[in-house]
Amino acid sequence: MVETCGNPAATLDDASAEWIRALTGTGAVREAGLARLHGLLVRVAVRELRRRDAGAWIPGRELDDLAHQAADDAMLAILGKLHSFRGESQFTTWAYRFVVLEVSGKLGRHHWRQHPAERLEAEDWDRLPDRLGAGPGEDAEQAELVKAVRQAVDETLTEHQRRLFVAVVLNEVPLDALVACLGTNRNAVYKAIFNARRKIRGFLIANGYLEERRRGPS
Amino acid sequence: MSSWAALERFLGTDPADVGCEQAMEILHVYVDLVAADPDAARRYPGVAAHLAACGPCCEDFRGLLAAVTEDR
Repeated sequence: MVETCGNPAATLDDASAEWIRALTGTGAVREAGLARLHGLLVRVAVRELRRRDAGAWIPGRELDDLAHQAADDAMLAILGKLHSFRGESQFTTWAYRFVVLEVSGKLGRHHWRQHPAERLEAEDWDRLPDRLGAGPGEDAEQAELVKAVRQAVDETLTEHQRRLFVAVVLNEVPLDALVACLGTNRNAVYKAIFNARRKIRGFLIANGYLEERRRGPS
Repeated sequence: MSSWAALERFLGTDPADVGCEQAMEILHVYVDLVAADPDAARRYPGVAAHLAACGPCCEDFRGLLAAVTEDR
């Protein structure tokens, strides 16, 4: 089901209407609006990078550049899509979405540049229980789980799904970094892994692994 | 949590999940609603299901909500 925003022509609240007047105006009014909006976008980008603790792995000057690049790119996108703002949210919420998404994309690209490409190919299956968030368990149980999932991956996933599953699940490649590496979009990677999870689950049920666990003692 | 329970949780998918594209398309509307009333998430169950399953989109949601909340 497609969830839409509902009213395609909602009435603008006063603050949003003022933003639209300024940004679609001329001369000094528009210049002031652009400067004010850019300042807000930079502030949001800086706070968002801080919230994501990006400073722990990106040097300060580079972090500042990244915030300004995110704000600049968001500004271009906002001005290009200004006609599509229909007042379904406050203008600033609509505008901030662009800069938050820019920050995500730029962090993904930055992460990818910092890490070797072989992380896409390496397969350390023994890490699987940890990656699933499982607590310490018996070696035999964990070995059985790894063997079953590996068989499911081998027998049910396409090569593309396998590559993405291994990268994200086993090798902890951030999804946005994978998006940057493959030149695709987040939805495409998410859907591929979503479908891979369904296939693996179906295989494990068909072969009795998950059913046996449901019936057995917890 | 046992390894198998963790695996079953990981493999679980919600049919209501709208995916990244739709969720991000209306994220601003969703965030304004949630900022005003946390229970408003129920009006968009597909978005809520997606944010519960997709780490990157959930981060974007948290970031936008934080930006909006700090602004008000």
